[in-house]
This record gives sequence, structure tokens and C-alpha cells, in this order.
Amino acid sequence: MHYFLNKLNKHTIRACLTLLVLSCLLLVSYPAQVSASSQEDLNYMQKRQHMVRLIEDDVRRTSVYLDKEALDPKVMQAMSTVPRHKFVPENRWDDAYQNNPLPIGHGQTISQPYIVAIMTDLLKLSEHDKVLEIGTGSGYQAAILAKLVDQVYSIEIIKPLGLQAARLFKQLDYKNISSKVGDGYYGWEEHAPFDAIIVTAAASHIPHPLIKQLKPGGHMMIPVGSHFITQQLLLVTKAEDGHITTKQILPVRFVPLTGDH
Amino acid sequence: MSQRIPLFSISLLSATALGYEVLLMRLFSIIQWHHFAYMIISLALLGYGISGTLIALFQKQLLKHFNFAYPGLLILFSLSSLSCYLMVQQIPFNAEEIFWDPHQLVYLLSIFLLLSIPFIFAASAICLALAQYPDYISRIYGMDLLGAGAGSFAIVLLLFLVFPMTALILIALLGLFSALVAARELNLKQRWLTPGIIIAGCIIFFTGVSSTLNISPYKELSQILRINGTQIIRQNSSPLGLLSIVESPVVPLRHVPGLSLNNLQEPLAQLGLFTDAGGMTAITRYPRQTGELAYLDQLTSALPYHLNNIQRLLVVGAGGGSDILQAQYHQVDNIDAVEINAQVVDLLKNEFAEYSGKLYQQQNIKVHIDDVRGFLSTIGTDKKTQFDLIQISLMDSFSASASGLYALHESYLYTQEALQNYIEHLSADGYLAISRWVKTPPRDALKMFATAIKALQQLDKKNINQHLLLIRSWQISTLLIKNSAFTENEITAVKSFCQQRSFDIAWYPGISKNEVNRFNIFNQAYFYQGAGALLGEHAEQFLQEYKYYLYPATDDQPFFHHFFKWSVLPELLSLRGQGGVLLMEMGYLILIATLLLAIAASIVLILLPLLAYRKTQSVSSANGSSHNSSPINRSKLFLYFFMIGLAFLFIEIAFMQKFILFLHHPIYSISIVLAAFLINAGIGSTWSRYLVKNYSYQKVMKWAISGIIVLSLLYIVILNPLFSWLIALPIVFKIVLSLILIAPLAICMGMPFPLALSTLGDNTDGQGQAYIPWAWGVNGCASVISAVLASILAIHLGFTVVILIAISLYYFCLLLFPGICISQ
Repeated sequence: MHYFLNKLNKHTIRACLTLLVLSCLLLVSYPAQVSASSQEDLNYMQKRQHMVRLIEDDVRRTSVYLDKEALDPKVMQAMSTVPRHKFVPENRWDDAYQNNPLPIGHGQTISQPYIVAIMTDLLKLSEHDKVLEIGTGSGYQAAILAKLVDQVYSIEIIKPLGLQAARLFKQLDYKNISSKVGDGYYGWEEHAPFDAIIVTAAASHIPHPLIKQLKPGGHMMIPVGSHFITQQLLLVTKAEDGHITTKQILPVRFVPLTGDH
Repeated sequence: MSQRIPLFSISLLSATALGYEVLLMRLFSIIQWHHFAYMIISLALLGYGISGTLIALFQKQLLKHFNFAYPGLLILFSLSSLSCYLMVQQIPFNAEEIFWDPHQLVYLLSIFLLLSIPFIFAASAICLALAQYPDYISRIYGMDLLGAGAGSFAIVLLLFLVFPMTALILIALLGLFSALVAARELNLKQRWLTPGIIIAGCIIFFTGVSSTLNISPYKELSQILRINGTQIIRQNSSPLGLLSIVESPVVPLRHVPGLSLNNLQEPLAQLGLFTDAGGMTAITRYPRQTGELAYLDQLTSALPYHLNNIQRLLVVGAGGGSDILQAQYHQVDNIDAVEINAQVVDLLKNEFAEYSGKLYQQQNIKVHIDDVRGFLSTIGTDKKTQFDLIQISLMDSFSASASGLYALHESYLYTQEALQNYIEHLSADGYLAISRWVKTPPRDALKMFATAIKALQQLDKKNINQHLLLIRSWQISTLLIKNSAFTENEITAVKSFCQQRSFDIAWYPGISKNEVNRFNIFNQAYFYQGAGALLGEHAEQFLQEYKYYLYPATDDQPFFHHFFKWSVLPELLSLRGQGGVLLMEMGYLILIATLLLAIAASIVLILLPLLAYRKTQSVSSANGSSHNSSPINRSKLFLYFFMIGLAFLFIEIAFMQKFILFLHHPIYSISIVLAAFLINAGIGSTWSRYLVKNYSYQKVMKWAISGIIVLSLLYIVILNPLFSWLIALPIVFKIVLSLILIAPLAICMGMPFPLALSTLGDNTDGQGQAYIPWAWGVNGCASVISAVLASILAIHLGFTVVILIAISLYYFCLLLFPGICISQ
């Protein structure tokens, strides 16, 4: 043993000692880091709860149009668990839980939480559903859907945005989201048909391949408006016999006629 | 060489400043949206008001160093015109976030402040010259107006020749050139001046050429360029807009708004045609076989082709040619198409002729560069020139239309008189088809329906409901107005057409309640209810109770896109958190916000110098020097210059509209009419100086204002019948006639302002002279308020009322005039 120690030069001993001290320091500081991070998580969680309350208030005010006093509790549960701040640029984390849309770069936006909640609710999803999303954007809508259904497929046309969302899904461990970069016009034939489709990308008309890939009895949701403000929601329904109808939903309680006509 | 009054440099400066104002409007329409451009530039023009305040406050010092201050201001104008714009386009302002992000207000304020800087310098230079040469006020003001008139015309020509960014560099360089002219006029001997100006010119040139337009990332063009492989393959610029042609080889463009959900066919390959980085339309690759166009039969606008044999068609807004292709699919023999933008037609006839199948050169297709009413005025209404179908499809983009950005746009396309005109050009069984975006809650379709009813009533049609038919998809509605009554066979064909495409019928003669709202479902059958109510006995009650303004637009109130009702504002404001913002007509609210901001800023700008004057007066009375002076009657002075500022622009704007309708093409007519007004007013101002040599100020003023009142009243009465009578004249004659009609009115309008300023200059105790900058500032503020107020008044009361108000204001000015320099 003595012999072995003598063989080690002074530099090696110094390096080992430094490593030891650093390890000890790291061990001592770890609980503090954990507590800082959980404090941060707690803050965001509180903000998220507040956001959910705001959405509930707005829904109550719009009940006439939505035909319901409250949204599906599972949707609200998803809204209260998905860390929305992770889907916006880091410098906007503090604004992430306001009931507003936010810019996310590449000329794109993350929708207003109230609109995300309504759209998700109107799709009337079930646990074993398969959903297609055209326009991944920030990835937030896909993350909400992933909490509610078996599998989410998402297509984004803007490459950097699509790659960024894919990285985030991996990082946040959303195993049931498959995403790709490409043209959404043709849907995702290999995984069709879908129980629900949500089209958040701008399109001048509804592509026929998407209607074809919607299961009979399924719903398709298309928000219509500008980048920041959704003016109306278009709910496309495919009846069991394949018959298509659309419904225009105003996310605001506003009746244009005051008189009796 | 002795010093001369710097008349030429003033003229040059005014031309440059007016050109800069028009150019800013162009630049902002490209990088942002038109409505905010309007607001920002209106407010930036308060620079004229600010200049009056600054000169009033620092008058003594500046006049003492006039030879340095005057050319210095010209150089500063030149440098700031470029640099301020470049700084402004770096500000990340986004209009839509203004409702929840307070930073946006700071950005907006910064933009306004930065852009007002060049105008402050330009206006200060003119104001300083007026204060320096009180005996030559009429000539200086005359040259100012002449320059502005020439500038308004020259900038339009310039924008045909160069891209907006190049025009900006040229304008900045022209500003510097005016400084060189000023140095020569003032006989300045400073050795540094010429090299200094040359160095500044080099800086402007190299900064300008290395800068590009920074377009908002949320505009359509910016969005599409993010798609892999897309690129701009051609750009053309004109005063009507910056055209960008975009190719997308990887992800095909498929722009066919309103396509039926039952359509199975993929659209043909397209190139995107963007105007001012937005409003995309498509240039379609010409099909090898007509069958490839079948998808165009899956639009609501295809309905007329299924009702009758269309032989002669007029397409309004030819654009990339989609409507013409749709007609070709239906084998229409004879197609006329009007397109207002010559450059669009030029692109399709030249660079993209092969791609588009030489569509615009085909024998049976005639494309006319004109607006539709201008074109119709050149052809008769006899049988040979009648159309079986006039097709007016979507003329604006959905996002701009839906958010009410067009609220303050005058449009003579959709007025009651316009519809009458179209119907008069239809064959006995001809159709007028107007397609508009479907909005929730409905607006455009119902307003168009109401307008059609009025037009048919004016044409003395019996059983009006027999002439109207309205169908809709989830996205687009098409209103069909038939010259004769719809037949049973046609109704059967309509039902079959809609059933096959899952379109809803909202109205046909004899429709029943259970036939509506079946495929594209609204909360209530709004379209059917609205159409029925508008045709019923209680139409007026419906119009009053509907939460949007659906009264038809007229040529006197040509604001089809104005839907806002004040009574609904509280309700909409309470809904803004849920996205109710888009239900408000933004264009109109921005107009109101601009007016309020202009009034608030004007109050500060007008009051500030008064405090300084009070201080000066108290000092002079303490020195005992006020014994022989007759103090200025400030309230009368204020009222006079404020009312003159309001009235001048009221008349100019209102008559401009009337002449635009006569000359038709908006860009040419605006530039010709505006230049005619300003140049003639400049002549009037210069002439007034000679008149007062032989006649008293009061007499000249009386003549001038009497002239304005008599001519304005006369024009209100005679212009409409005169224009209807002469509408078919060749355009050259119409321009000459317009210039002859404008000249006497504008000459009279050019007199009241310089006459009153000259009386201040002539005020013997020198007190009046000190008030010249203040009067200039008051007039500047009033001009900004006037332009905005004229639009608001015209929206609610019509342009004729705006003229009548202006006449009253001029009359009050006449009553006030003798008193403005007389002691209280």
C-alpha cells in the first residue's frame, strides 16, 4: 500500500482532493437547487391554476354559444397540467399564463389558452382516439391533446419550428406525439383515419384529403382569424354516412340582433 | 450678390416634404398595414403644429441666426427623413398585440415621435421664413403650396419609376439639394457648407442603398417565405402597390378560397401574387385540358353559369385571372375584364404569359386598365354592349376585411349608384354576381343585399324579391341580382347546384324556413332572417336593431366597409378578453383614436406658446412699452386660423372625392386633383399680394370667401348632373374640365390664410409678427384634425355635409377677420 501511495505523484493527489471537495460541494448544494426548481414549478403551477380559472369564467360567459356551462373536466385538467411556459420563448415565460396569444418567433404565435381549451373540448375526444394536427406551431396544442388521447400526429410546414417542437416533445417526454415537417395538405395517410383533426395552419380551403382521413362520426376544428386573434371556429362534422356539415362558432357571446326577427 | 428671399428652396422643400408624406404611407402599407399607416402619418404631421410652437418659443434666437438656422433645418430634414424611417422599421411594433401588451403603446408612441421629426424640421424652415419675411408672406406661402402641388404629382410619377426604398433615398437627397439652393439664395459664403452637404449626401446614399424593407413577420408574404423553397421571383412597384410574385416549388400553393367541401380535385399549380406583402391572389398555370379547371366550378361564384347560357361576361378585378379561367371552363364566348393595376396585366402579358397560357392575349378576352365604373362609362347601354353576367368576386383579403381595416376606405364599387349602373349594363335576363367573405355575425352579405334592394327600387323594378338570390358556403357568399325575375327552372337549378356542393341557399323568391342553414350551420339562420327582414315591411326597424351598420353605401357616403355602431361598443369592449376585438371595426376605432390624440396634442401645442407670450407681455408692460400697442385678440386669432385649417381640408377632401368619381382611376385622379388644388391655391396666395396693393385686406378677403362659398354651393348643385352628362367623354377632356372647375375655387381658397398672416406682419407695433409662428402652428394642428374629422363626418353625414360645414366655417372666418388684429 505504501509502495502504491509512493508511486502516485503529488499532482494526482491534488487533483483527487479537488474532485472530492467539488463532489462534496455539489452534494451539499443539490437540495438547494431542487428546492429552487420546485419553487419555480410551484409558481408556474399557481399561474396555471389562475389561467384555468380565467378560462372557466370566459366559458361561463359564452355558454349560450357553446351549449354548456363548463368544458370537459379532462380538458381543463390537461390545461392545468401542461407547462405552457415551456412552449414559449424563455424571455416570455412570465407572460405564458396570461389569457392571451403570444409570439413564438418565425412569425408564428401560440393561441390564447381560452381558444385552445374550447377547440379541444369541441372535438369531443375519447381516451383511445387518434388525432391529427396540421400546424404544430409551438407544440402546445399537441401537448394538450396528448394528455387526452392515445396518439397525436402533428405536421408542421416551417422546418425550424417543427424541429424545435419535436425536441421539446422529447424533452418533456410526450411519448404519444409523433411529429414531422412537411406539407399538411395530404394529411398523414399511413396513420389515417383519425377520430379528430385540428387545422391551425392557414389554408384558403379545407383540403379533400383531410376530409377523407376523418373517420365517420369524427370532428375537424379550424380556427379562423388573424395570427393573434381567433375570430370564429369552424367545426366540421363527418356523419356516420359520410355526410359533411360545418358549424360556425363564435367564441364570444354576441348576438347581432336585438329585436324580434 | 445680395440676399434673396429663399422662395425656390421653400418650394423644393414643400415638394419634398409632401412627397415624403405620400411615400411614408406607401412604405408603411408594405411593412405594416394601411390603417396604422394612416394613423401614424396623420399624427406625424402634427410636426407642423410642433414647428409653430418651437418657433414661437425660440423665435428671437432663430431669427437672429436665420442664415444658419434655415439651411440647417433643411439639412436636418434631409438627414432625418431617411434615418428616422430606418429607425422606425426596427421597432417591433405589432398592431394586434396592442390590446394586451402595453409595450406596443410605447412602440407606437416612439414611431410617431420619430416620424414627426422630419416634418418638424421641414415645417420649422417654412415657418421661420414666414416670420423672417413678414412682407412676403403671400409669396412664401404661395411657393409653399406650389411646391406641395408639384410634389404630390411628382411622387406618383417617381413611384412608377423606382422602388419605394429608392424613392426614399432620392427624397432625402432632394432635401439636401434644397439646402444647397437655400445657401445660394441666401448668398451664404461658408466654405464648409458645400463639402458638408456632399458628405451628408454620400452618407444618405450609402446608408440608403444598404437598407432593405423590414416587413412585419405577420404579413402574408413574410409567412409564405418561411416555407421551404419559396422565393420571390419578380417584384414590380407602382403607386398602387408593391407586387411580389412568389414561387413555391416544394409545397404547392393552392389558393382557392370558398372551395366546396365536396370538391375532390387538387387545384392547378399556382404562383402567388402579393400586393404590398399581403392580399394574396393566384396566377394559375394554364391547363392542358379544360377539365383540369373543374374545381373552379365548385365555388359559389360558378352559380350563374348553371342558370343560363352566358355569352358575354364582364369580370371586375381580373387580377391573376381565376374568374376568367372559371368562365373558360364554362365556355363563355366573349369576356371583358377590368383591372385597375396595369402592372398586374403587364406581368401576365409578358413575363408570365407562357405560364398563364397567354390568357390576357387570347382573342375572346379583352382586358381594360380601368375601374369598372370608368369602363362602363365608356361603353353604351345598348343591346350590343350589354353583359349576360357581371362577376365581382372577392376584392379584398379576408383578414383585412374581417377585422374592419377597410372601414375608412372610400369605395365606389359597392355603392347604391354603382349597383344601379351595373344592372343597367345587363342584358334582359342578365345577372350581377357579387361574392363576399362570410363573416360571423354576417355583415357584408346583408349590407350588399340591402344595397341591391335600394338599387332595384331606384330602377323602378316591381316585385324586388323576385330579382334576388343569395347562396353561401362556410366561407363565401354570392348574391345574384337578375335584371328580370328568376324563373321556376332557375330556382330548381339553384337547388341542385347547392345540394351537389353542400352550399346553403339563404334567399330565393319563395324560400321556406326549413330549406336554410343546413350544410354550413350558424347559431341562427342569420342570412335568411336578414334577407327576409330587409325585403319585408319592417326593414327600417331591422336596420336599426341590427348591431352592425347595414345601411347601403352611396356615392356621397362611399363607405361600404363601415359597419360599426357606437351603441355596441360597450358590449364589444366587455368581450375583448374572449376575442371580441375582431368584432369591432378596427379601422373606424383607429380613426377615432387618431382624432382624439390629435386634439390632445394640439391643445398642448397651442397653449404652450401662449404661456411664453404672456411672459414676454408682462416683461414689456413692466418696461412700459405696451402703452401704444394694440394687443392681439388671441381667441379670435386662434378661431380664425383653426377654422381656416379645418375648412381648407374639408373642401379639398370632399371635392377630391367628387372628382375621383368622375375621373375614376383613384391614383391618377387623386394626384391630379390634389396637385390642381395646391398649385391653384398657391397661385391664389401669390395673387392676393398684388390684390392688396390696390384694395383693402378686408375687400380681398370678402371676395375670396364669397368666391369659395358661391362656387362650393354651385358645385354641390351642378357637379353630379354635369358629371353624369359628361361621363362618357375621353379621359383627357375630363381631366381638362376638372382642372378648369378646380382652378377658381382653389385660387380663392389660397387667399384667406396668407391674407390674415400678412395682417399680422403688418401690425405696426410688431406684436402681430410675433404671433405668426403661433398662427402657423394653430393652422398646422387644425389641418391634421381636419383630415381625420372630414373622414368621420363623411362616414356619418356624407361629403356634401362636409362641404356645407366648410362653407359655414369660411363664413365665420369672414366675420372674424377684421377683428384679429384689433384690441380686445
